[in-house]
Amino acid sequence: MTTFGVLTVALLVTLAASLFLGSNPVSPATVLQALLDPATDTEAIVWGSRVPRTVLGLLVGTALGMAGTVMQGQTGNPLADPGLFGVSAGASLAVVLGVFVLHVNSLGLTLALSLVGAVIASVVVFGVAALGRDLASPVPLAIAGTAVSALLGAVTSFLVLNDAETLEAYRIWVVGSLSGRSLAEVGPVVLLLAGGLVCALVNARSLNNLALGSEMARGLGESLTRARLVGLGAITFLTAGAVALAGPIGFIGLTAPHVGRALVGGDHYRLLPASALVGAVTLLACDVVGRLIGGQAEVAVGVVLAVLGGVAFVVIVRRAKLAVL
Amino acid sequence: MTVTLAVLLAAGFVFTAGIAAGSANLGLLDVLGTLAGAGTRASEFIVYELRLPRAAAGLAVGLCLGLAGALTQTFSRNPLATPDILGVTSGASAGAVTAIVLGGGGYSVGASLLGFGIPVVATVGGLAAAAAVYGLAWKGGVDSYRIVLIGIGVTASLGGLTSYLVVRAQLTQATAATQWLVGSLSGVSWASVWPMVAALVVVAPIALAQSGPLGISQLGDDVAVGLGVPLQRHRLVVIAAAVLLTAAAVSAAGPVEFVAFVAPQVARRLAGAGRPPLLASALVGAVLVLIADVVARTAFTGEIPVGILTAIIGAPYLIWLLIHRKGGTL
Repeated sequence: MTTFGVLTVALLVTLAASLFLGSNPVSPATVLQALLDPATDTEAIVWGSRVPRTVLGLLVGTALGMAGTVMQGQTGNPLADPGLFGVSAGASLAVVLGVFVLHVNSLGLTLALSLVGAVIASVVVFGVAALGRDLASPVPLAIAGTAVSALLGAVTSFLVLNDAETLEAYRIWVVGSLSGRSLAEVGPVVLLLAGGLVCALVNARSLNNLALGSEMARGLGESLTRARLVGLGAITFLTAGAVALAGPIGFIGLTAPHVGRALVGGDHYRLLPASALVGAVTLLACDVVGRLIGGQAEVAVGVVLAVLGGVAFVVIVRRAKLAVL
Repeated sequence: MTVTLAVLLAAGFVFTAGIAAGSANLGLLDVLGTLAGAGTRASEFIVYELRLPRAAAGLAVGLCLGLAGALTQTFSRNPLATPDILGVTSGASAGAVTAIVLGGGGYSVGASLLGFGIPVVATVGGLAAAAAVYGLAWKGGVDSYRIVLIGIGVTASLGGLTSYLVVRAQLTQATAATQWLVGSLSGVSWASVWPMVAALVVVAPIALAQSGPLGISQLGDDVAVGLGVPLQRHRLVVIAAAVLLTAAAVSAAGPVEFVAFVAPQVARRLAGAGRPPLLASALVGAVLVLIADVVARTAFTGEIPVGILTAIIGAPYLIWLLIHRKGGTL
């Protein structure tokens, strides 16, 4: 079976597990019946909780896997994660400001705020890098992103440490979770994610060229400014959507591309879908584990992801013959 | 060289000014006089008991983190690689937060553990995590790309544990943990300064002696081996130096963020060099932490942790340098 076959099967298995397993024991027959006929889903566990969660896991995992791949391809840096251009930090600050200043507690508004924060931050990062020099070298982008992220993060910590109520809201949001969203809230974000997905796929050829170095890419007829802008669009849309839906889940975007690269190599036409699948499978699997180990008090997926995912990633990195980025 | 001297002068000035500034105001000359042994009893008390430990701690934290950051960024040939990727910061954080959350909850051990135990637990955690990263990355030698990836994995796992503890903790302990995780100099005493001084005295000369091999290994592993650099030994020395310096700083003041990233980048741009100059990076780190601490102590009514201000002061300066100065490729 090809790698993609295995990954697809793994995705189907985790999707099924995410629908049929949970902290509320519901028999598989009941779940199946409720799926086929929503009217029988009396306690709203299936359509109210499991289905939105599964859809969310699929969307967020795919988005972060892809965004991470584009980010690492754009910066040529194995330490680059999708939050590198300030997107996660911007979203976090916007959410904290929302709670702190405007006393927001509706999910929809939080979502909108985090989108706005994410987009503003990434535009600032790109602006700083563009003001400094031409965009040929990825290094200033990465450094500008780190600096802006740290600045936004510091302001966030400042607000959080001075206000217990904000800390309470922030410390739960910042870990990342797939629970508590409804399908209606997910809807508008799907458009954003779709835009990011298209940008990422369009960017694949440029990413392959950029892997040969900026000079070589230019020699191959690549417009670097255009390649960077399309990549930035992909990263911002995908990451902003994911952060808005699930909080700043950091780990997948950083590691899924490395796993993808170990599986299918460095060609972005294969790497982008592979990383997306790896991201979705990992996120869904960790969410299911988090539901099962915590009993009624579930463990947030961001925590499971970091702890188990970190261990799994170490094992993979030790075994794999590393394709250097 | 001129840049190093200029930064050294700046560090000396900020150090003295930092001792002078505070609620009981002393002049710069009073401070220098007292340090030279010609102070009044009151100024001696203020300088030696209140201000000097803290200024010395800020100086040492900045030197340690700046140097450690320059070492990791250079050996990994990656400007985003701070000592954090060696696992030392996340290990120390996981240890300290465990102590705060578990120790703070058990009233029998609480107070004594919080006062004395956290630096020890943090040091042990940091060193253990770094040893784990190095050991896991070993595959007939340590490759700088593999160790970075292993570091990502280990850091994530420990970070996950830390945030799990913070989420599950009572709010008071969560606040204490969050405060520690930001980094602060407010609790330091001479007892927390000496380990850093010891680390600097022992490690810094060894690290500075690696400057030559670090320069050669920028050209790639094969070239370095060809030119006679004992690559694995060199890499182990550099990593161990970075880990010890970071562990000393983090256990004294918590993970003061951003210094290890920004100081080498600023120093490199000021010096116009192709890679971060080691000594200048350490001094820039010291200047940044000292300035941040003065602002933290004096500009706000409630005290702000220094780890927040290092980013608020350091990030805009680096952004300004990015816009106005062109650097090399690293």
